[in-house]
Amino acid sequence: MKGMYAVYRKEMGHYFVSPVAYIIVAVFLILTAYFFNRLTVLIIQESFQASIEEAQFGGGQAFDVPSLVMRNFFGVLSTLLLFLTPMLTMSVYAEERRRGTMELLMTSPVTDLEIVLGKFFASLTLLVIMLLPTAIGFAYMLRHAEPTAPWRVLGSEYLGVLLLGAALLALGSFFSSLTENQLIAAMLSFGAILLLWVLDFGSQAGSSAWASGLEYLSVFRHYDDFTRGVIDTSNVIFYLSFIFLGVFLTIRSVDSMRWRRA
Amino acid sequence: MIEVKDLTKKFAEQTAVDHVSFVVNKGEILGFLGPNGAGKTTTMRILTGFLPATSGTAQVAGFDVFNDSLEVRKRIGYLPENPPLYLDMTVTAYLEFVARIKNVPAEMRNARVEEVLAKTNITDKRHELIKRLSRGYKQRVGLAQALVHDPEVIILDEPTVGLDPKQIIEVRHLIKGLAGSHTIILSTHILPEVSMTCDRVVIINRGRIAAIDTPANLTTQLKGGQNVRLEVGADQNAVCAAIRELPGVRRVTGEPAGGNGRVVVTVEASPGQDVRSQIASKVVGKGWPLFELRGVNLSLEEIFLELTTEDSEHADASPN
Repeated sequence: MKGMYAVYRKEMGHYFVSPVAYIIVAVFLILTAYFFNRLTVLIIQESFQASIEEAQFGGGQAFDVPSLVMRNFFGVLSTLLLFLTPMLTMSVYAEERRRGTMELLMTSPVTDLEIVLGKFFASLTLLVIMLLPTAIGFAYMLRHAEPTAPWRVLGSEYLGVLLLGAALLALGSFFSSLTENQLIAAMLSFGAILLLWVLDFGSQAGSSAWASGLEYLSVFRHYDDFTRGVIDTSNVIFYLSFIFLGVFLTIRSVDSMRWRRA
Repeated sequence: MIEVKDLTKKFAEQTAVDHVSFVVNKGEILGFLGPNGAGKTTTMRILTGFLPATSGTAQVAGFDVFNDSLEVRKRIGYLPENPPLYLDMTVTAYLEFVARIKNVPAEMRNARVEEVLAKTNITDKRHELIKRLSRGYKQRVGLAQALVHDPEVIILDEPTVGLDPKQIIEVRHLIKGLAGSHTIILSTHILPEVSMTCDRVVIINRGRIAAIDTPANLTTQLKGGQNVRLEVGADQNAVCAAIRELPGVRRVTGEPAGGNGRVVVTVEASPGQDVRSQIASKVVGKGWPLFELRGVNLSLEEIFLELTTEDSEHADASPN
């Protein structure tokens, strides 16, 4: 796995030497900070409203502000990932193919698996680096909120977003390995992710086997439980198999470059 | 060190490499010579494990390039036609990365990088980003990359492309210096390069080997007979007719030499015949003034053209 580490290091270097990573991370953090702020303000206002109504008419329910902020925030986060992961992965293979550096990797004593995993883990690391600062707001909120939400809910939400992100990265890497053009790679992965999203919309109406099959395939559906603080093994397995499939297809695609190249 | 047997590579429509066989001995420099699209790059890509062959076998250092690809790749340094550079990296960072994926042990990495920087004469640019380097420097970084793990076999696809004349000489020296301890295959379409650097030459055309020999042998053996050029102060037709009668003369062509009543005649002799003295005595015997008579060696260029065009004629003549 030395080869994998070498590829991983190279990829990380590439992300942080070029301005690409900084810009993506910055845009992501600005957007998430904005959403965090708006959501918190809105939900606190609503909870005030509710407590006023409660005082006037009695009854009503206690507002769990931290949990609501967290759930809504992680819902928004999955939408942001839809737009951002194709940008993280579009150049991963396309650029190497265009520049001819794929030839260097493929004639070096590293296996295709090492190349693919090295690149995958590098993009995953970048995703983690993107996500980490968002925890600052939650840490602050959970310390000061009264009543506070349990930390494990937050943990489950981060696990969910990580699994979802990893699945989208695996998918995006695969599309990047199909072409020499970054833009095509980005469009294909964006389209595919959007389709996986829409699968979820359509399936809510029907109840046939076909509809529930489609529903099962939706990457975002499996994410919902995580945002509610529920870690369901079947969801974890769904994402892990999705990631496995993406990595596997990418390996096949890298291998096929040997056969397709004229 | 390298053994290629009956290697064939077919792409959808055409056969890029057609039953090619050759052997490269340890420490030798073998030159691949051929027009563009002759199959040089494809053969090299098969040897480096980048492309699989359609049929036939190739072994490098006793390992099959297909079945033991990783073992072969450990032993090969490869400079593709376009140097595979990461433009965002500095020269040193790039070479360190290559050393890493080529399994150079950590404690030797710095020393190896230093050594190839010095060898390829790019030490002064070591901290520059590769994208800021000129074409010649990029080519040398590519070369450094192929040498960084001190491989037994070095495969260079047109190593002197894009270099200025001074750099070309440096790189040729460098390659010659590597021979002996390394086995080298290099491809080129520049003929003098082959005669200057290579121990043996493979002339390849349309995927097939047209000739394999040392540059010196190729020049003597394949040039057919010697060509003779002479300048005589006499009537063109008379001179040509007289020389044509001589035994061992294959073809005679004449042309007037610049309006001074002289004629320049080029004589092509049959293989193995030296016709110079006979021509001289014939001309002198006729009483014509002889101004010049010299043997003309076919250059490698002409041999090359002859071999490659002959070959294509055969190909066209054969059915399909």
